[in-house]
Amino acid sequence: MLKIFSTIIASVIFASLAQAKETLTIYTYESFVTEWGPGGKVKEAFEKTCDCSIEWVGLGDGVAVLNRLKLEGANTKADLVLGLDTSLTAEAIGTGLFGKHGVDKGLAKTPEAWADDYFMPYDYAHFAVIYDTEKMASPPKSLDELVNGDPAQKIVLEDPRSSTPGLGFLLWMKAVYGEGAAEQWKKLQPRILTITPGWSEAYGLFTKGEAPMVLSYTTSPAYHMVAENTPRYQAAAFSEGHYLQIEVAGLIEASPEKALAQKFLGFMMTPAFQDIIPTTNWMLPAGATDTALPEAFGKLVAPGKTLLFSPDEVFKNRRDWVDEWLNALSK
Amino acid sequence: MFWKLTLAIALGFILGAVALGFLPLLWLGFGQAFHIDDYLPRVVVFTLKQAFLSTLLSVAIALPVALALARRQFFGREALLRIFSVPLALPAIVAILGIVGVYGNSGPFGGLFSIYGLKGILLAHVFFNMPLAVRLMLTRLESIPAENFRLAAQLNFSAGQVFRFIEWPQLASALMGIASLIFLLCTASFAVVLILGGGPQATTLEVAIYQSLRLDFDPARASILALAQLVTCGLLVLVAGQFAREIQVVPPTLARTRRWDGKSRFSKILDGLLIALGIVIVVPPILSVILSGIGSIRPDGSLFWASATSLLIGLASASLSIALGWVLAETAARQPRTFLKSVITLACLASLIMPPAVLATGWFVTLSPLADMSRYAIFLVIILNALMALPFVWSPLYPAITDSVQRHDRLCSSLGLSGLARFKLIDLPVLRKPLGLAFLMAVIVSLGDLSAITLFGSDSLVTLPALIFRQMGNYRMNDAAGTALVLAAFCFALITIAQRWSQSHDHT
Amino acid sequence: MITLENVGFRYEDMVMNFNLQVAKGELVGIIGPSGAGKSTLLSLIAGFDDPVSGRISIGGADMEGVAPDQRPVSMIFQDHNSFAHLDVWTNVALGISADLKLDTQQHERVDEALTRVGLSDFKARKATELSGGERQRIAIARALVRDKPVLLLDEPFTALGPALRRDMLDLIREIQVERKLTILMVTHQPEDARYAASRIAFVQNGRIAHVLPTKQFFAASAPVEISAYLRG
Repeated sequence: MLKIFSTIIASVIFASLAQAKETLTIYTYESFVTEWGPGGKVKEAFEKTCDCSIEWVGLGDGVAVLNRLKLEGANTKADLVLGLDTSLTAEAIGTGLFGKHGVDKGLAKTPEAWADDYFMPYDYAHFAVIYDTEKMASPPKSLDELVNGDPAQKIVLEDPRSSTPGLGFLLWMKAVYGEGAAEQWKKLQPRILTITPGWSEAYGLFTKGEAPMVLSYTTSPAYHMVAENTPRYQAAAFSEGHYLQIEVAGLIEASPEKALAQKFLGFMMTPAFQDIIPTTNWMLPAGATDTALPEAFGKLVAPGKTLLFSPDEVFKNRRDWVDEWLNALSK
Repeated sequence: MFWKLTLAIALGFILGAVALGFLPLLWLGFGQAFHIDDYLPRVVVFTLKQAFLSTLLSVAIALPVALALARRQFFGREALLRIFSVPLALPAIVAILGIVGVYGNSGPFGGLFSIYGLKGILLAHVFFNMPLAVRLMLTRLESIPAENFRLAAQLNFSAGQVFRFIEWPQLASALMGIASLIFLLCTASFAVVLILGGGPQATTLEVAIYQSLRLDFDPARASILALAQLVTCGLLVLVAGQFAREIQVVPPTLARTRRWDGKSRFSKILDGLLIALGIVIVVPPILSVILSGIGSIRPDGSLFWASATSLLIGLASASLSIALGWVLAETAARQPRTFLKSVITLACLASLIMPPAVLATGWFVTLSPLADMSRYAIFLVIILNALMALPFVWSPLYPAITDSVQRHDRLCSSLGLSGLARFKLIDLPVLRKPLGLAFLMAVIVSLGDLSAITLFGSDSLVTLPALIFRQMGNYRMNDAAGTALVLAAFCFALITIAQRWSQSHDHT
Repeated sequence: MITLENVGFRYEDMVMNFNLQVAKGELVGIIGPSGAGKSTLLSLIAGFDDPVSGRISIGGADMEGVAPDQRPVSMIFQDHNSFAHLDVWTNVALGISADLKLDTQQHERVDEALTRVGLSDFKARKATELSGGERQRIAIARALVRDKPVLLLDEPFTALGPALRRDMLDLIREIQVERKLTILMVTHQPEDARYAASRIAFVQNGRIAHVLPTKQFFAASAPVEISAYLRG
């Protein structure tokens, strides 16, 4: 037992000391580096291309990564940050820590042409309402149908104050309804079973059978089809279009490993990285791939229209919009 | 001298940890404009309302259940009491999924009432805190001298008179402490309120603080909210302290406790119903956790390492917590009602009054320029868990130590016994039972902790609750259910071992 | 007055069997090594423990199945004889009525008992505020108001000093004479038994080994295990 304990302590303390080689420290969200996430394979693949090593630092989610940067400021140990999304990038640039990536923006295969000088995208997915086909024969075909539908058929949402999908859905409502969003939130309220702090709790309640609908991603059914071999959970296609989440990475300007970080961003857009993403991160690749996507990805909902605010719009309005949401649902 | 020095160290450690957490935040926020809108009062009102109702319900149910359990011996009683300790070890999300599995839309009792909204919050808080209150009340009831019940039998006391003359005086001294502990736990409750609250109308101060630290990264607002929490809870603790009765010293006796009350059929039926009520509240959600976990356990390396890590952190933080709690209790027990005593009580409850998220942020601001935080993550988790366990250590330890101090102080000073010698010869043997309970609770609290590990954990530091959360975050809901079962079983096994230990030394 | 015939009892590894005859108005001391079963003997008579075999009768009535409060017995313990948070008067009044509804005459009985034991000035004090000896006086006063013919004393004065113990024994003896009480007194202090008892029962290994008049008990001719015990 003592041996096990000392191994744990040693592995925690010395995890960051071991390498003598050039080391690229990457801050990312936790699920990227769990045993099921892409982290391990990405590390292996990148280390083959250079005489260097990657050190992952997994921190909660994208928001936690950004907050860590704000707290550390110029003292940060990160050379590269992977896992912010486009609703956070404007704020991230505002810290003054990030440098321009210098990678060919044409390599990005996002639904809209990529124009950001500071961040490169590595994957994306549209937010979508996932429904249980065993409980719901006719899912809503639009956001409007969701808002005005039968209150007996509930949906589990995430809180925009604490989760990325939650904020994504808030932006979705705002993109479709604009000034009238608050009104529509009030109409939606009777259909909301509950609003959870994060995606995991919402999805847990949904798969437990608490509600026939949950807010997640268009790619979620792929997991169930590939890993569990069941077509039971499907995404509902909405006629107004779907809000897009693009996950990005950027380098720290003052980092001594800036060149290596730049190299990683280039590597990120190649098949060696991109082929790993679909079945580990369950998102769509945002760069060139060699292997075709698993068959299940072909069955996913392909949104007719993509909705997306610019990072600056989100940065300027987020607080007001969250307050508006808070007021609409609190009374 | 010995206690003065250790007190200074312990109190300095806790207050230092709190100051190190809060002051940097205050400093970061200082000078930034903050606005107090009508949101803050609304949040405070809701926080207090749900905490008050949760406490009232938990204590009101726990009181008769504890009395019934103290009166009756039956097959499975020990096992039931062990099960009563399990909720404390369950991370909120696991317990909530258990509750949902019973009372949710697809559960066997689904449709009785909606568990989303205030009712759900209350149900979950009663599930967590009623059994806790029962355990704490039982330790008081079980220390009633056997002679009291003999006297009651000779004087033909009715159940009401036994309650009035024997049980209530014994409970009253502990009741305020138990109620304030539960109130603070419910005030600090986060996941339960968010998941079962149904929406932002159910927002507590803790949630608002988390939001302002996380999404808005607004230290000014966070420190205002944290101050509001500090003032509200601090006042509450001080006021409750004023109403709390002095703990009564009860020397142990050799007589076996036997009870003559409750012989009537009515009383037997009533006690049966009360114990059944306790079972109905606590057992089904745990059963639901077990049922969804059976067959889903993935016995792989990560499960093994997470179990070992949980155990290591649990044992280490429990030891630290006991050391702190002991020193503080030794001092508080010798203090009349003074300022110092209030400070000590507040220090013990620090982690409930000051949200862990605030502490963690402040520590980070202060320490990260000095050292690589990820290397010391395990120690920070242990320290934070120890602070979080301190209130649970305090409840069984303080009355027992007060008791021991009042009984042995004169004799010890006349014999010149002090310091470590006294500790080894007198205190340790006498306090074995409450100490065992305090240690157990501390281990259980850190076993179930998800907040400290989320704040400081890294990919090389994963406990069982962290593993559950990771598995859930990767769509692996079934694996997560399996890991939750392992956690519950782990906790049950620890409780069993601890109980055997305290009983094997019970022959005085 | 009290008869124990082959009264069997078992506690953990200890098997006990008691035979004893006590006449009305006697004060019998009970002496013996720790753990010999002295307190259990009193518990069986008071009804706090149930014998597995044999017969206990008090005043000719078989006590089997008779609840403690129905037996003609009062018992005073070494400690915890009073409820700490109640005042002295209430602690005594509980001996008359547990719901504390007393008529004028019962009020007077409580007052008289308190005067008899010398606590009339402490009526309104909390039991916790009294000394050990005063607290035991509460128990004696309560036994007075209960007015049962048998009084069982389980080391009631062990914690008190020699002079105080003597005073308490005097009080007990006076009351015994006044009320014609039958008393069994367990004690660790042989001199107490010598001072107050007319006969002494020696308890050893769960049995009453000898019952002797006090003089013979302390005489040189006493059985060897008694003199061995008395020598310590």
